[in-house]
Amino acid sequence: MGIVRAEGLKHEYTKYREDESEVKVHALNGVDLDVKEGEFIAILGHNGSGKSTLAKHINALLIPTEGTIWIDEIDTKGEEDLWKVRQRAGMVFQNPDNQIIGTVVDEDVAFGPENLGVPTEKIVKRVEEALTKVGMLKHRDKSPNRLSGGQKQRVAIAGVVAMRPRCIVLDEPTAMLDPTGRKDVLRTVHELNKKEGVTVILITHYMEEVVDADKVFVMDKGRIVMEGTPREVFSRVEEVKGYRMDVPQVTELAWELRKAGLDLPAGILKPEELVDALAALKQ
Amino acid sequence: MQLELKDVSFTYNPGMIYEVKALDHVNLAIEKGQFIGVIGHTGSGKSTLIQHFNALMKPTEGQILYEGEDIWGDKYDQKTLRTQVGLVFQYPEHQLFETDVITDVMFGPKNQGLSLEEAKVRALRALVQVGLPEQYYNSSPFELSGGQKRRVAIAGVLAMDPQVLILDEPTAGLDPAGRDEILDQISFLHKERGITIILVSHSMEDVARYADRLIVVNDGKIPFDGTPKEVFSHYKELEAMGLAAPQVTYCMHGLQERGFDVDVTADTVEEARDSILKAFGRSVPAPEKEDNRPAGRREKSGRKGRR
Ligand SMILES: Nc1ncnc2c1ncn2[C@@H]1O[C@H](COP(=O)(O)OP(=O)(O)OP(=O)(O)O)[C@@H](O)[C@H]1O
Ligand SMILES: Nc1ncnc2c1ncn2[C@@H]1O[C@H](COP(=O)(O)OP(=O)(O)OP(=O)(O)O)[C@@H](O)[C@H]1O
Ligand SMILES: [Mg+2]
Ligand SMILES: [Mg+2]
Repeated sequence: MGIVRAEGLKHEYTKYREDESEVKVHALNGVDLDVKEGEFIAILGHNGSGKSTLAKHINALLIPTEGTIWIDEIDTKGEEDLWKVRQRAGMVFQNPDNQIIGTVVDEDVAFGPENLGVPTEKIVKRVEEALTKVGMLKHRDKSPNRLSGGQKQRVAIAGVVAMRPRCIVLDEPTAMLDPTGRKDVLRTVHELNKKEGVTVILITHYMEEVVDADKVFVMDKGRIVMEGTPREVFSRVEEVKGYRMDVPQVTELAWELRKAGLDLPAGILKPEELVDALAALKQ
Repeated sequence: MQLELKDVSFTYNPGMIYEVKALDHVNLAIEKGQFIGVIGHTGSGKSTLIQHFNALMKPTEGQILYEGEDIWGDKYDQKTLRTQVGLVFQYPEHQLFETDVITDVMFGPKNQGLSLEEAKVRALRALVQVGLPEQYYNSSPFELSGGQKRRVAIAGVLAMDPQVLILDEPTAGLDPAGRDEILDQISFLHKERGITIILVSHSMEDVARYADRLIVVNDGKIPFDGTPKEVFSHYKELEAMGLAAPQVTYCMHGLQERGFDVDVTADTVEEARDSILKAFGRSVPAPEKEDNRPAGRREKSGRKGRR
C-alpha cells in the first residue's frame, strides 16, 4: 500500500461570472496514483494541467469532487483526520518570500511544530535537526531577508521537515532560483529522500531536475499520460514534446546526434553520459 | 545611445541598520535594437537595476539617460517614458488587478489615451501574441494557473507597443512549450520591429539561445558584459557567483578533456551538434530555414528543440 494513493480522483473548480452563472473547470479528470513510501517522484505537465491541484489534494487543501485519495491510508475526505493528513504530507511552494513568516530563521522553522502542539522543549531540538538536514544551521540566527532565494527555499523546506512528515510535496520550488540555488535545493531533497526515507513529490518545469527521480509522471489536461523512469520517459522525445514538455538539453543534443547518424543509446540524461558514450564510439 | 546608466548606485533604506547597497556605481550603455540577457544570483540586484530603466526607482547616485535625456530631469515626462520602456514584473500577480483578463490588458493602452476600441484591438492582438486561449479572456486573472497569469502580464505590456521591452524572469513557471512560445514571440518582435529587449533570466540555456549580449550582475556590480560566448568562457568564475554555463557547454569541455577537437564555446544544441559531428568527420546538416512567423502561427507538431 502506497503512502499516496488515488483512485479516479477528479477535481472541479467552480467559477462565478458577473451575471452569477457558474462555470465548471475540470482540473483533474480521473487520476490514479500509487506512490510507494520512500520513492522520489517527479511530476511534469503543461501550465494548467492540474499539477498544483493534485498537490493540494495530497495536503488536503482541496477535497476530491469525485474519487478518493488516501495519504498513509487516511481518506482526506474525513474532516476529523485533516491534521493527520497535513502532518504526514508537507508542502513547499514556488515563491520563497511568500512562505517565510518568522523574522529569524529559527523562529520560522519552529512555527510548524508549534502549530502541531509539540512541547516547547522538544521544538528547539526539532528545529536544530531540521536546519542541519538542509544545511542551514549556521544561518539560524539570521533574518530570512538576508538570505539568497535558494537559502530561503531551504529554510522553507526545514520548516516542513521540522513537522516530520513522511512525504514532502514541492510545487516548483526552484522556479525563482539561480543555478546554484537550484542545485542546492535539489541536493537537499535528494538527501532527505535517501537518508531519512522521506517520500518526495517534486513538481517542476526544469527537465534537468528530474533525471535522478525514481519515476516521472507527465500530466496533460488533468490526467497522467506518461509514467516511467526518467530514461524511459525522456527516450520518447517526440511524445514528450507533444505534451508541451521538453527533454534535458543534453538529451536533446544526443537525440540530434543520433538523427545525424551517430550510434548513441537512447535516453542519455547527463553530460557525463554523453561524453562517455561519444568516447566509446571513437574507439 | 538609447539608454545609458552613468555611475548609478542605489541603496535600500539608506542610513538605517538594515541598509542594502543594491547597485554599486553601475555604468551601462544600451543601443537600440540589442537583445540583452541579464543574469546574476538571487539578490544580486537584477530587479533593482531594471526598475531604474523606466524611472520606477530613483538612483541614490548617478544619472539615467533615455534617448540622451536625463529621466530625472526637471520637466521630464516619465509617464510617456513608461509606455516606451515597458516592464514586465518578476511576479505577475503584482501587475494584475482588473476583474477580467481583457480589461486588465486594456489598462495600459487606455492609460496611454487610446479610445476603448483602439485599446481593445491592442489588447486582443497582445493576447494572441502571448498565446492565451480565448476561453480565458473573460476570466478573473486570479483564477488562472501560474503560467496563464504570466502570459496576461506580458500581454499587458505588449499592448502598449513599447520601444524597449524589459522582462524580469518572464518564463519562470512557464511550461517548456510556453517558454519557447514566449521567447520566440519576443525574438520575433525584436527582429521584426527592432524593439530593444532586456531579458532577466535564471536559465543560462535561454539567454545563450536568444541574447546577443549578456550582462552579469553580482553584488550590485557588473563583472562581465559581452557576448554569451565571451561571458560563458568564464564559467568557473560564474559558478562562484551562483551561475553556470549551459548544459551543452559542459559536454563540450568534457569532450575536450577526453581529447576531442571540439568547440568549447558552443552554447546551443545546434552549435554543439555541428561541432561534434565535425569532430567525427560527419557532414553537418544544413541549417533549417529560420521560422520568422510568430510562435502562435506555427504548426504545433513541428515544435523544434528550443536550444
Ligand atoms: N482557484 C481556482 N478557481 C478556478 N479555476 C482554477 C483555480 N485554480 C486553478 N484553476 C484552473 O484549474 C486548472 C488546473 O490548474 P493548476 O493550478 O492545477 O495547474 P498547474 O498544472 O499547476 O499549472 P502551472 O504549471 O501553470 O502551475 C487550470 O485550468 C486553472 O485555470
Ligand atoms: N524593498 C527592499 N527593501 C530592502 N532591501 C531590498 C528590497 N528589495 C530588494 N532588496 C535587496 O536588494 C538586493 C538586490 O535585490 P534584487 O531584488 O534587485 O535582486 P535580484 O537579482 O532581482 O534577485 P532575484 O533573482 O531573487 O529576483 C538584495 O540584497 C535584496 O535583499
Ligand atoms: Mg502550478
Ligand atoms: Mg529579481
